[in-house]
Amino acid sequence: MIANLEYTTLQHLWWLLCSVVGSLFLFMNFVQGGQTLLWQVAKTEEEKGLVINSLGRKWELTFTTLVLFGGALFASFPKFYSTSFGGAYWVWMLILFTFVLQAVSYEFRKKPNNIFGSKVYELFLLINGSVGILLIGAAVGTFYTGANFTLDANNFVTWTHPFRGLEAALSLSIYSLFNISLGIFLVLNARTLASMYLINNIAPEEVPAMEQRLRAACENNCLYSLPFLVIVLLFLLLMPGYGIIDEQGTIAMVSFKYLKNLFANPWLLLFLVAGLALLLYGVWHTSWKRQNKGIWFGGLGTVLVGLTVFLLPAYNNTAFYPSRVDLQSSLTIYTASSSPYTLMVMTYVALTIPFVLAYIAYVWWSMDKGKIRMEDTGDPTSY
Amino acid sequence: MLENMDLTMVNWARAQFALTAMYHWLFVPLTLGITWMLAFFHTIYVKTGNEEWKRLTKFWMKLFGINFAIGVATGIILEFEFGTNWSNYSWMVGDIFGAPLAIEGIIAFFLEATFFAVMFFGWNRVSKGFHLFSTWMVAAGSTLSAVWILVANAWMQYPVGQVFNPDTARFEMHSFADVAFSPYAVNKFVHATSSSMLTAAFFIISISSWYLLRGRHLLMAKRSIVVAAVMGIFASVFTVFNGDESAYEIAQVQPMKLAAFEGLYEGKTNAGLAAFGIVNRNKQVFDDQDPFYFEIHFPYLLTLMANRSFNSFVPGMKDLVYGNPEHDILGSAQKMVRGKQAIASLDAYRQAKKNSDETDAATHLAAFNETKEYLGYGYLNAPEEAVPPVALSFYAFHIMVTLGTLFPFIFLLYLYFTKKGTLEQKKWLLGFGTITYFLGLIAGQAGWVVAEVGRQPWTIQGLLPVTIARTNLTAATVQTTFYIFLFLFTALLIAEISIMLKQISIGPEEN
Repeated sequence: MIANLEYTTLQHLWWLLCSVVGSLFLFMNFVQGGQTLLWQVAKTEEEKGLVINSLGRKWELTFTTLVLFGGALFASFPKFYSTSFGGAYWVWMLILFTFVLQAVSYEFRKKPNNIFGSKVYELFLLINGSVGILLIGAAVGTFYTGANFTLDANNFVTWTHPFRGLEAALSLSIYSLFNISLGIFLVLNARTLASMYLINNIAPEEVPAMEQRLRAACENNCLYSLPFLVIVLLFLLLMPGYGIIDEQGTIAMVSFKYLKNLFANPWLLLFLVAGLALLLYGVWHTSWKRQNKGIWFGGLGTVLVGLTVFLLPAYNNTAFYPSRVDLQSSLTIYTASSSPYTLMVMTYVALTIPFVLAYIAYVWWSMDKGKIRMEDTGDPTSY
Repeated sequence: MLENMDLTMVNWARAQFALTAMYHWLFVPLTLGITWMLAFFHTIYVKTGNEEWKRLTKFWMKLFGINFAIGVATGIILEFEFGTNWSNYSWMVGDIFGAPLAIEGIIAFFLEATFFAVMFFGWNRVSKGFHLFSTWMVAAGSTLSAVWILVANAWMQYPVGQVFNPDTARFEMHSFADVAFSPYAVNKFVHATSSSMLTAAFFIISISSWYLLRGRHLLMAKRSIVVAAVMGIFASVFTVFNGDESAYEIAQVQPMKLAAFEGLYEGKTNAGLAAFGIVNRNKQVFDDQDPFYFEIHFPYLLTLMANRSFNSFVPGMKDLVYGNPEHDILGSAQKMVRGKQAIASLDAYRQAKKNSDETDAATHLAAFNETKEYLGYGYLNAPEEAVPPVALSFYAFHIMVTLGTLFPFIFLLYLYFTKKGTLEQKKWLLGFGTITYFLGLIAGQAGWVVAEVGRQPWTIQGLLPVTIARTNLTAATVQTTFYIFLFLFTALLIAEISIMLKQISIGPEEN
């Protein structure tokens, strides 16, 4: 059956799969959110130990999801991979830099003779959770606002802005406002999710004071994120977009393109509305109802919102990586994808994804049946 | 753009990739090898219920965890560096090269990452059986990861299963089976994993020997040594035999690499294998200088290794650069001419297509198809560019081979004296044993230098030179990130060594 799929179907399918991975990454960003909360909600070494050991059992899954996101894009949309990573050099390098810092910090933080001291590793975690996610948000924002590149006849990229990608967050333009708002929303949403996750994962009776702080953090971060969410939504509804306007694949500015895309794909509108509702319900469940399962609502909500964010600029004949300096260099899922053969092979491989998700879910359930307690932080192999 | 290549940038990009790859490979062999030993130790604990085996398992697991973290940190850069520093490459071969990386993520990384947490923190959280299963899954995940990244690397050395699409000017996969089961990939996987296992065995032997010298943790150290030495013997014998197979394969598909790491400028029948030599670094492929200041070689052995027969011809660098009609060898000089014809035909074809002149397009496409296999050579500026750095390749190869030949004997000595029950008295062996881990690392690093430096100037052997594969960046940009990562990785390495030494000094937790 897979062998008979049309090329355009495969292209849509693979953008969907990449979007699912990207959305799961946004959910798993509760690890990064928790890293930025560490300084705020954990006031004692014991509380810090609980937070770090709770997050430390998941950091690698988040990291791996990011790596898979990159790998899946490389295999299925290599022109995007080469254009964005090669072009927006500094933004990706800085993001990677923060993830390198994260990768060692859990393991090294409490180990004797770690040279830099535990505070430095906690700072590394803070940098990853804040700068890393902010920049990822700004980079994703360019799916809507465009980037400064041209492609030559061989599709080799030339970046036209000296900041090489950082201009998405740092230039003084209306588009930066969108990019940076999306980035800040993701950081604050990660903190909201982290509060829900930690309440769910750590035995509350061990640290009642921290539990109060976590419930307050959940509410506060959600509230702080709302203005940025409103900015993002207003942009999405009002901004012009980069549409494919004829069969030759010509790209042109189309007014209210993303609003039109929402109406053209009402299920995306449903994802967005349901996702935001679930997010808010998760916060209400956690902060007002003082329940512990808010993370599952917030998590599912984030995945649905994430799917909208990734699919909206790509489906319905839209350029998902537009060039602001040369419209015809813009990338669409039709022009940026691998060959039909590679997409077909990769689709067979993707049949293993449900199995992978199933064993992750089983392991997650097995390990989290029992809450994290003080005794879990005392083992020499603990973080 | 192609005419104005910034070679300095290419060299910085090469340096950055070498830096990240070499740092990464300081940690990966231990991860690859020790996970299987952890699975073995853990199995014995579950089978016997003996707490001493649990202590032993947890101790080596703790050291593995420290190593694993920094291995992950250095690994993420490598994947994305293909995009950041080699973006033209990513576009031109993403169809083929991206697939194994994505498969690695789906099949291997998640297995490793998911069960890693259970292995470390599942002692009192999951059943003993599931916990043991998780340890085996971490080992399986790390090995599967090696499979796919080595498939990708093998394809760069010996590109198979692809076609060049003249319309998009890029390579596209046409047989996944050819890519995944290429003999080069199979050999590379066996060689890299077996050599990693012997490196991990040396890691355990080094630390255990130190304990024996100090008279600490004697039972744990002796048990660890037995397991490590047995695994080490198998791994080292595999490595040696597979190394020979790899050399044969290189002779068939990358003869220039073989000539470079043997310092063979003039092709020979009955060529000898250099045992030791001091390379004349001023020697050029076109001059008549002696390639060595001093050299000892084993007669006939290179011919035997390269062709599996005596009395056959092994081409030297001169033959491969300027050609040798007597032995029907086309040199890079002749390939360059055909490559430039291929480029011209391709350009003409694309122009004709643009003008919708199908007749003209068909003519140019036919001309292109006749010379397309030499396309990559058309981007070289001189035939001599096809020669990789000889001295570096030569020394790296000979360091690797010398150490690899020595390794089985070290493991045998450990097993012999353990069986005799006199290992603790053999201070000389234990003293030497403490440095064997570094010898394993040196051999591994040298092996990758042979593989990667020996492939230069190609990103993909014979198809895509590094000057085309790069990103359009300034040298200063790449230079900056090179120093950032040099500083960062070095700082983290120092921290890792310091933590590791402290944990070794503390030793296994007491009951």
